[in-house]
Amino acid sequence: MSDGLRFDDVAISRDERLLLAVDARIPPGEVLTLMGPSGSGKSTLLSLVMGDLPAAFRATGRVVLNGTDLTGLDVAARHVGILYQDPLLFPHLDVATNLAFGLPRGGRRADRRATVDAALADIGLAGFGARDPATLSGGQAARVALMRTLLSRPAALLLDEPFSKLDTGLRDQMRELVFGRARVARVPVLMVTHDEADAQAAGGQVIRLD
Amino acid sequence: MLRPLPLLTTLVLVGPVLFGLIGSILPASGLLMQSAETPFATALSWPGLPRALAISILSGVLSTLGALAVATLILAGWHGTRAFAVLERALSPLLAVPHAAAALGLAFLVSPSGWIFRIPANLLGWDRAPDLLILGDPWGLSLTAGLIAKETPFLLLMMLAAMGQADAGPRMAIARSLGQGRVAAWLKAVFPTIYAQVRLPVLVVLVFGMTNVDVAIILGPSTPTTLAVQVTRWMTDPDLAARAVAAAGGLILFAATLAVLALWWLGERAIGSVGRAWVWSGIGLPDRAARGVGLTLAGGSAAMVLAGLAALAVWSVAARWAFPDMLPEALTWRSWMRFGPDMAQTALTTLGLAVTATAVSLLLVIGCLEAEVRHGLSLGQRALWLLYLPLLVPQVTFLPGLQLLPLTLGIGPSIWLVLAGHIVFVLPYVFLSLQGPFRAWDGRLARVAAGLGTSQNRVLWRLRLPMLVSPVLTAVAVGMAVSIGQYLTTLLLGGGRVTTLVTEAVALSSGGDRRAIGVWGLGQAVAALLPFALALGVPAIVFRNRRGLRHV
Repeated sequence: MSDGLRFDDVAISRDERLLLAVDARIPPGEVLTLMGPSGSGKSTLLSLVMGDLPAAFRATGRVVLNGTDLTGLDVAARHVGILYQDPLLFPHLDVATNLAFGLPRGGRRADRRATVDAALADIGLAGFGARDPATLSGGQAARVALMRTLLSRPAALLLDEPFSKLDTGLRDQMRELVFGRARVARVPVLMVTHDEADAQAAGGQVIRLD
Repeated sequence: MLRPLPLLTTLVLVGPVLFGLIGSILPASGLLMQSAETPFATALSWPGLPRALAISILSGVLSTLGALAVATLILAGWHGTRAFAVLERALSPLLAVPHAAAALGLAFLVSPSGWIFRIPANLLGWDRAPDLLILGDPWGLSLTAGLIAKETPFLLLMMLAAMGQADAGPRMAIARSLGQGRVAAWLKAVFPTIYAQVRLPVLVVLVFGMTNVDVAIILGPSTPTTLAVQVTRWMTDPDLAARAVAAAGGLILFAATLAVLALWWLGERAIGSVGRAWVWSGIGLPDRAARGVGLTLAGGSAAMVLAGLAALAVWSVAARWAFPDMLPEALTWRSWMRFGPDMAQTALTTLGLAVTATAVSLLLVIGCLEAEVRHGLSLGQRALWLLYLPLLVPQVTFLPGLQLLPLTLGIGPSIWLVLAGHIVFVLPYVFLSLQGPFRAWDGRLARVAAGLGTSQNRVLWRLRLPMLVSPVLTAVAVGMAVSIGQYLTTLLLGGGRVTTLVTEAVALSSGGDRRAIGVWGLGQAVAALLPFALALGVPAIVFRNRRGLRHV
């Protein structure tokens, strides 16, 4: 069953104060944008989906991913990928091993190598496998981070202000890449941002918090 | 005035080690001391040597691996949870407990007539302690276990301090969202960075484990013992010729230490490539089991040390306490009355040494750090290795030389030599403890003050140090704990004539007077813990009306 990411009457509060309430469905391949100033609690919704909501917050309602209720499920079992404004490549691993990090188990070693090499070629970084992530440019690192998440075959993708640290020129390119890939993979996307242009590029529903 | 301090500090760190090594090499080669002929050959032909070396290496390597594994598992599985906060609070004071006191407590606990065996004895109705060789078992397993319990808190706190640089929160979020369980995610994504940060402390633990004397005397096997203990026996032998043999033995142990360090280095590489293959495989870990093991081992080792201290305390006030009773029949201050006056005298010497050594170290450290601020003078890129040098060269290797070389120059063992020795080991810890907070202090405050016409000295005395009172006091407490724990330094450089709480407690350990051990062991632990209590309490009182300075 793949009906995307659904928020059934979800409300998050802190100290008895309601932070935000969402009731929405993100169909596969589409983007829901959550806009609001910092401190409006938009990132806590990401935490709720990820499954690492700090203990100070209280959530009611259900988050349902492709028919499965996520409540109480372990972080690792949710298959929810996330991209932050920093690419957060693991600095002690080379680029190829970073990509291999999220590959689901199984398959022969040579097949896994081939998958990673193909993924590198796919984002225009063929031959970059042995590189130290610290030597990549901002745009290259962002692409590797995206590909690392996609290789783990996520059932949903979360974006936490993902383009805010990129140069303006790169930003459009990255938006196109991320949203395009999500559409092809039919992955529902939840994006948190305060950049109006992000919401326009995403072209889906927008929820504004204040 | 500050300019010579970095150089002076370097000399304090490097000088004694080099001087001591030379002082060991010369007599070991048959030079310097006429009485000895072929010290190396004598040491090498000691029949216990292979076994002693094996136990030294085994207990050192296993205890380091064990402590590292427990600290890693507990951090990987529990960091950020409530259980972790509780454990951290329980483990921190254990760091201050001197090795000897902790070992004495553990000995009470695990001996066949100790608390642990009294539990089945009560249940099964034994009226005599089981005839088991647990303490001083021939392969040094209880020694290894004791070292693990004592070193785990040290490594854990070192790793915690390194967490800031590892970006652990976001990395964990990414790794777990990529499908890894908590422990596997931490090991794959965070551990390598943390390990790179705590590598030197790990090596210190390894060298200490292989070459320590006080813990090995209390918990280790006796015939043969570890090589470090045997070297100490030779050093304290009335026959002067034995000292040259001791120097040779210390150098043999040094060679073994270097070999083990080289193997460790190779092991690090091997683990690195195994780790990368593990990442490629995508295989995880049984998360629940790994977390359970981590919590059990860490909680267990903390509980053992604490229960050991409690055993010391109870024995110190025990009237008649027969096996298998869990508690003595009555409590009495008799033991304290009996040993108290002696102990007060010894405690004065101990504290005098600790205060002086810490004060000198603090002066050098603050001077060095301030010279860095004012003149851009620092100990250089290799500063960290310099600081660790006295901790990485085994004490049993260079302390014999430090006694023998002055002796040939007509300078006999004395309390001044002991004090100098204490400074060598206190200084690195004071430096390591203070350098972070000192460098992190907001320099803009100094510029604001300078703009108001304040001199650099005034900035140091009226702004920087008062604001840093909490880390300075912590550094003082660390320094004092290190000094109070110095066994071999005091024994060798004092020629057996300088008595401190630790030398007395270790000397008593071979006798069977549990009440005396209780009093002296507890006294040593309290002496080391007291400065920490003050370091926590004083800033809380001084800054009770300054919210910005709390939790500094």
